[in-house]
Amino acid sequence: MITVTGARKDFGTFRALDDVSIEIPSGTLTALLGPSGSGKSTLLRSIAGLESLDAGTVVIAGRDVTRVPPQQRGIGFVFQHYAAFKHMTVRDNVAFGLTIRRRPKAEVRAKVDELLEVVGLEGFQHRYPAQLSGGQRQRMALARALAVDPEVLLLDEPFGALDAKVRADLRRWLRRLHDEVHVTTVLVTHDQEEALDVADTIAVLNRGRIEQIGDPDTLYDAPDNQFVMSFLGSVSSVGGTLVRPHDIVLERPAPDDTRANGPGRVLATIERVVRLGFEVRVELRDADGERFAAEVTRGVAQQLGLVAGEQVWAVAPSHAVRDLPQPPDAGVPADAAEADEVASTAGVGEPARA
Amino acid sequence: MPPARGTRAPGGRSLQVGLVVTWLSVIVLLPLAALTAKSFAGGVSGFWDAVTAPTALAALRVTILVSVAVALLNAVMGTLIAWVLVRDDFPGKKVVNVLIDLPFALPTIVASIVLLSLYGPDSPVGIHINATRWGLVVALAFVTLPFVVRSVQPVLLEADREVEQAAASLGASGPTTFRRIVLPTLAPAIISGTGLAFARAIGEYGSVVLIGGNIPRETQVASQYIQQAIEIDQPVNAAAVSVTLLAIAFVTLFVLRVAAGRGRRREEEVR
Repeated sequence: MITVTGARKDFGTFRALDDVSIEIPSGTLTALLGPSGSGKSTLLRSIAGLESLDAGTVVIAGRDVTRVPPQQRGIGFVFQHYAAFKHMTVRDNVAFGLTIRRRPKAEVRAKVDELLEVVGLEGFQHRYPAQLSGGQRQRMALARALAVDPEVLLLDEPFGALDAKVRADLRRWLRRLHDEVHVTTVLVTHDQEEALDVADTIAVLNRGRIEQIGDPDTLYDAPDNQFVMSFLGSVSSVGGTLVRPHDIVLERPAPDDTRANGPGRVLATIERVVRLGFEVRVELRDADGERFAAEVTRGVAQQLGLVAGEQVWAVAPSHAVRDLPQPPDAGVPADAAEADEVASTAGVGEPARA
Repeated sequence: MPPARGTRAPGGRSLQVGLVVTWLSVIVLLPLAALTAKSFAGGVSGFWDAVTAPTALAALRVTILVSVAVALLNAVMGTLIAWVLVRDDFPGKKVVNVLIDLPFALPTIVASIVLLSLYGPDSPVGIHINATRWGLVVALAFVTLPFVVRSVQPVLLEADREVEQAAASLGASGPTTFRRIVLPTLAPAIISGTGLAFARAIGEYGSVVLIGGNIPRETQVASQYIQQAIEIDQPVNAAAVSVTLLAIAFVTLFVLRVAAGRGRRREEEVR
């Protein structure tokens, strides 16, 4: 169990954490999700003791560790860029936490062998980190962090430096590992897909604050505000009304159609029709030049005969429209949509944390 | 596989190799060869006699002893200075950073005069190390100061701080992290800087000439012995001791380079 209360952290004039409180129950896998600069990494590093808070407290397993150095917090930390000990073999890397505690050699050996098997690196123990692939290096880093039996496992964009395929494989592997090992885990990511894929609970951060905490279904189906809706899953704005692209209904205009545009209902020009396997994404532009996308099934697309250059009515049905507040302190939807676009583009890593 | 070193056209490569070989021959190899030839003017036995003459041997012993001490001193202090310059912030840091290189710019005889007036018989600070081996150590430490600092500094700047944070998260204290994680990374740079400082120290003349006192078998270093041999018209003796210094420097630098290279290769090996 990790409890952070009233955490505040400033870097010069930039407020990275602004009165953040979060409770992370034992044995769960929680993702801290947000765009860059949202404070998610700072929150994780504060839990680890790698940053010291300007205000607030961190309690790990009932012990107030706010003023305790990282060495004594009982944590395991995994970095985006592996932080491998390059001059040591894989075995020595994994054994590091145990050898500096002067544990008996036989015990260290047994523990390292066990961990190397868990992370699938048996047979690689005599290699150096430079001789491993990125995915292997990160699994080594994970074994190294787990070797000291940490109270909590903290992962800072652990798959951010890997290519899309390895990333997807590794996060599913991490989820299975977590189901076996059950150590309380906190994972920082800017990738909503990754958060939805692995986490029991997601905390969405924006501008140093937590916007919403909940399980993936709740966040997707019942977002508290426009930022959460925009950041988790894709979103389109139909005449100013926010709606999920797959909820948009497209209609062909009748020959003598005189209906006017209104909230949740606009006449738009089809710019492009993209087939995404089962789904078809229709890229649209309304009379004001505002671009948005709708997603329909192939059947519907064929039935309507959607072709680029033609006009259609895009309607946000009332059951799909949620009247959401802006997040406090005005998170502009356009801004959020941009962040979402960056986050959902597979393979594009977030630039390293400032 | 590492990528091939040169990617230029073969013709260009032979031109540049030729230029380098010519330059090195004129500047380095030819004088050294002439020196070596000179030292064997009296045959192998003449060379041996010149080097093993009691005063020559004593001068070589003092030189190596003092140079090893200075090199080790540099290894520790140079690393510490580099660490402070990279990791700590203090007012005047930029000035200190420039100060490091000044011993390179100062004529070494000036260093000797300054040290003599500071620590000599009329020392205003009450320290008298004139004509002692400590005097030699101080003079040589002054002229060799930049070597380790300047070779360690860039490595430290490049060092991944997250690696140290990872060690801390695993429970390693500051000293443990330094010894187990930072030092192995810096080792090649420390070793090569120390080697250069050592090579510079064994050949140094100007800075030790006044403060050292030139007492045979006590503080007379090899370079002073050589100077003396030339003055009394024994060029073969001078050449023989010179060649011995060269051989020591060459072997030292070669061994250190191999040692430093081994560690570095392992880290940088590519899949």
